[in-house]
Amino acid sequence: MGEIVVAGLAGVLFGAGLALSGMTNPEVVLGFLDVAGAWNPALLFVMAGAVPVTFLGYRLAFGRGRPWLAASFDLPKNRAVDRPLLLGAALFGAGWGLSGYCPGPALASLPSLLPGTLTFLLPMLCGLWLVRGRRGG
Amino acid sequence: MAWQLPLFGGGLIGLGSVLLMIGAGRVAGISGILGGLLPPADNQGWGWRGAFLAGLALGPLLVGLALGADPVVPPRAAPLVLAVAGLLVGLGTGLGRGCTSGHGVCGLARLSPRSLAATGVFMAVAGGTVFILRHVAG
Repeated sequence: MGEIVVAGLAGVLFGAGLALSGMTNPEVVLGFLDVAGAWNPALLFVMAGAVPVTFLGYRLAFGRGRPWLAASFDLPKNRAVDRPLLLGAALFGAGWGLSGYCPGPALASLPSLLPGTLTFLLPMLCGLWLVRGRRGG
Repeated sequence: MAWQLPLFGGGLIGLGSVLLMIGAGRVAGISGILGGLLPPADNQGWGWRGAFLAGLALGPLLVGLALGADPVVPPRAAPLVLAVAGLLVGLGTGLGRGCTSGHGVCGLARLSPRSLAATGVFMAVAGGTVFILRHVAG
């Protein structure tokens, strides 16, 4: 139960942060990616806010030895920079550049039920499901 | 938009990521959290995954109420382009095991070499895609 409350609060902070920083507007994201055009640095400031806070908070968390509500930290074990990682990142980058959407802002925009958001999200779910299914989850 | 709101919003994203880790021991990677809900699901973690994604969708509604303006803006790309983009994002984040949140925020904060490589590649390919769309084909 506590885990659900903590995760819900974490989600609200994350979603509010995306909305406040303009990330739920795909044009702001595309403006950052368009370095040869009218460059919009918003996403750079988002990263400059998010990464140091997460870095320091993670040090605090890992320093405790274990999370408040779980037996251990669930961290990725794979350390290799391999072909699926690089191919996946490239495919993701192409889709991100075509639309201005990555998964977080697209899902955070879901309650508005905009046709464009749904047109993006349904194939995204299919793609994610296809890969997970083939890799056996 | 000035730099203050993006920086502050980024800080909130960081706080959310830290809370999920220090509370539940989980990485705040949106594609991974969502992927864990898709079949074949392991029937574990439905609660926290669902709660995080519900909160994620609630956040912009609260911001809209607080600011008196809807922060959610429709994408401008054509429907076919959005559909192809969605498929690429789903396949890519599934194969690459992460997106802007899992690799770009949480992974970089863990100084993960995989996340650094993934973030470099998806930023570069996304920038190249926008360059071609707007300055070569456009």
